[in-house]
Amino acid sequence: MNLLDIRNLSVTYGTDTAAVRGVDLTVEAGRKLGIAGESGCGKSTLALALLRLLPASARLSGQILLDGEDVLTMKWGRLRAVRWAGASIVFQGAMHSLNAVHRIGDQIAEPLLVHRQATPPAARRRVGELLEHVGLPTARADAYPHELSGGQRQRVMIAMALACDPRLIVADEPTTALDVMIQAQILRLIEQLVSEQNIALVMISHDLAVLADTCDRLAVMYAGRIVEEGPARAVYDAAQHPYGRALSAAFPRIGDPASRRAPRGLPGDPPDPAALPSGCTFHPRCPVALEVCASEDPPLAEAAPGHRSACVLTTGSRP
Amino acid sequence: MTTRSLLWRRRRDSVARFWRRFRTHRAGLYGLGALALIALVALGAPLLVGGDVQSVTNAPGTALESPSARFPLGTDQFGRSLLGLLVWGARVSLAVGLLAAALSVAIGTLVGILAGHYGGWFSTIVMRITDWFLVMPSLVLAIVLATVMSRSMWTVILAIGITSWPTTARLVRAQTIAVESRPYIERATALGGGHGHIMSRHVLPNVMPLVLSQTTLCISTAILTEATLAFLGLGDPTVVSWGGMLQDAREAGAVSSGHWWYLAPPGIAIAVVALAFTLCGRAIESVLNPRLGAGR
Amino acid sequence: MTTASASAGAVVERSGTATAYPRYLAGKLGGAAVSLFAVLVTSFFLFRIIPGDPVKAMTQGVPTSAEQLATLRRQFGLDLPLWQQFTDYCAKALTGDLGMSYQFRAPVGELVAQKLPATLLLTGVAVVIYSALGLWLGTRSAWRHGGLGDRLNTGIALTLWSVPSFWLGLLLIIVFSVGIGPVPGMFPTGGMESGDETGLAYVIDVAHHMVLPVLTLVAVGYAQTLLVMRASLLDEMGGDYLTTARAKGLRDDLVRRRHAVPNALLPTITMIFINLGHVAAGSILVETVFSWPGLGGLFYQALSVPDLPLVQGLFVVFAGAMILMNLLADLLYPLLDPRVGR
Repeated sequence: MNLLDIRNLSVTYGTDTAAVRGVDLTVEAGRKLGIAGESGCGKSTLALALLRLLPASARLSGQILLDGEDVLTMKWGRLRAVRWAGASIVFQGAMHSLNAVHRIGDQIAEPLLVHRQATPPAARRRVGELLEHVGLPTARADAYPHELSGGQRQRVMIAMALACDPRLIVADEPTTALDVMIQAQILRLIEQLVSEQNIALVMISHDLAVLADTCDRLAVMYAGRIVEEGPARAVYDAAQHPYGRALSAAFPRIGDPASRRAPRGLPGDPPDPAALPSGCTFHPRCPVALEVCASEDPPLAEAAPGHRSACVLTTGSRP
Repeated sequence: MTTRSLLWRRRRDSVARFWRRFRTHRAGLYGLGALALIALVALGAPLLVGGDVQSVTNAPGTALESPSARFPLGTDQFGRSLLGLLVWGARVSLAVGLLAAALSVAIGTLVGILAGHYGGWFSTIVMRITDWFLVMPSLVLAIVLATVMSRSMWTVILAIGITSWPTTARLVRAQTIAVESRPYIERATALGGGHGHIMSRHVLPNVMPLVLSQTTLCISTAILTEATLAFLGLGDPTVVSWGGMLQDAREAGAVSSGHWWYLAPPGIAIAVVALAFTLCGRAIESVLNPRLGAGR
Repeated sequence: MTTASASAGAVVERSGTATAYPRYLAGKLGGAAVSLFAVLVTSFFLFRIIPGDPVKAMTQGVPTSAEQLATLRRQFGLDLPLWQQFTDYCAKALTGDLGMSYQFRAPVGELVAQKLPATLLLTGVAVVIYSALGLWLGTRSAWRHGGLGDRLNTGIALTLWSVPSFWLGLLLIIVFSVGIGPVPGMFPTGGMESGDETGLAYVIDVAHHMVLPVLTLVAVGYAQTLLVMRASLLDEMGGDYLTTARAKGLRDDLVRRRHAVPNALLPTITMIFINLGHVAAGSILVETVFSWPGLGGLFYQALSVPDLPLVQGLFVVFAGAMILMNLLADLLYPLLDPRVGR
């Protein structure tokens, strides 16, 4: 059985703002899935939806099966138990994701006290272990977030995510705010820790190269939908969907800040989720769009072995 | 020519947009309606009740009459119509409130932006002075100022204006520092934006919601302070104000004899005006800065 | 709140502050001393900008002979050069000598000492009640903002905030002390005690006298705390760290108590201390209306004469109280917020 099984997940705000539209994804235990896309494509919404962390105004439909249990229909008590113990999150921008008025040691210990009913001395020992795991001296437990560098704070976030030995970690742009050297270190650290402890990883980034480097499989998101999904190297080296191709061409190297805003060779802006184009949502920006693309939105279908794409060009030739 | 007309159109559009969103705040609309009505009454007071309602010598009624058809709110100890005085008093209360608040917020915004932007020893000295004013009990300072200066409306305005600006200054300074720590300010500085450019183009628009809501709050406070000073006998003795009416009522023994009809209307008038300004201010605040979620 | 005070207690064992805090403390103490000096300067010169002869102003309305005026002038040191008057004034003020009240023929310091306990009792109780009420209602309002409870909460608070305190006091006296229609007068119209009680009966008597003035102060005062707490909590509610706290599986009330409130409390705490500083000055009107035998009532008496040495002395006392409370707020703040004062 898959550890995470997302079925036909949709997230809507207000009456017609669709942030996520019918996403199907699976992650096996211990495997690593990357989700790529421009900002505003719905990938962060997807991450928050996994633990039902979206504001009350968001409406969710579909299923999110975590170890066979649907997160969306869980009772509050069960949901709280699953949060962090079953799946934890490494958020982007750790400065704001950590509470500025609490020591980092207390913040790492908090889930231990909540989920494991650990005694304070035991929690403190575990915090020391966790900090060592992520390459920080045990004494840093007494520091406040503002006393740490960006890279150190992200290490704290990772230590915190590991606290309750979850089977799944969601990393939402874990390296975005960091400079290139630190980015690479943090990525190595995440890679090493999840493979050591056999944790499944969902990593979200705008940077296809980073994901291809770290993950087993890759999904490309556009306007709330998965438009391409397959083995990481295949998606990166030989993307089937025109958007996937544009995205992989946009990131020749890890962490070039200029390319974050506008992928190279891709004119226009990502569509407004409140007013999506007809047919294939990518057709207004697509370099190889056909007439049919304005009216037809093809489903995700096999384009190569184990590699799916949602484009008439890739699926049309293979009936 | 075309740039100017374009600019005007953009301004008109943004005012219209502001109004469309302000309209959705019911409490703010009530406040605005009340203010419009009271302002109309205050402006039309000479027509509505005549200029001689304040005259003690040829008062129309006898002392301390209960409400009647002729005097809907009764009369004071000199036989003057209380309704007439109430209408006339709106002029002083509104004028003093508006002018004092304008003075106070103007000083506070200027000091706050300068101190927040320049930092260093300049900010240290300016904020030392501001903090000093802030720890002064402003009402006591206003009372003392009103005591040592000659009794007039301008004294009251000055006393309120120069004792109440530090709150605005501190809030504006904090906001200025917060705004300037955002990355785009760094970018603007890197692109060669000067001090004046940063302060007027980036800081001022960002502190404006604060300043606007602070002004309306300030008007409420100023009106209350004016009433307090008048009640303590420190107002302009030649004009009728709501606070002065309350002082008269107390001196006429309205409390011990239970003449609530003498006491209630001026206080309600003060509260309604102060509340109306507060509601407007909060609506403005939430229109300009929806994240605050105030109003509604 | 509990978390905030817990981290305040823990400051001693924190290594980083061991050297930084004393320096911060010294700076704040020095600042307070400078402020106090500025108050003395202000009070000295403010009361000398009065047009005309201060002694004549002091004796306004009281028939005084030229001889008496000369004696008074000597008594107040007005025959000395200005700078010498000023140094005398400061030297005396530092030893607690704030001059003589013309009206009561008694030292200002003595009068203040006499009236201070009554004021501390009345406004102290009121500030504690309205701060607690404001924090509680403000937190509730923000956490469920936009709802009916929030709108009702803020609406009532704003309305009461707009009411002049002295007017509300007078109205309460008419309704509950004088009695109106079917309502009998059930509370005393003023004062602090009936005069003939001892022991427990005395305590109950004073409490009985306190009900209306405290009610007035709380009604008019709690809105400010509520609105500040509500606004700063709303500000925090978009914070990413709250999403982290929720993701950790914390219950909603723990997210609020342990994470959101301590952060939101920081801006509120300064204001609460400023309100405490008003313990001295904040109740001038209410004390006047309820004839409460405290500093505020004394100030009103001094104003109506006007007894300028007493007004001047009370100004220094009121300002001194504010400086003291602000100093306390400044000293407490870094213990609550680790980012400040290091």
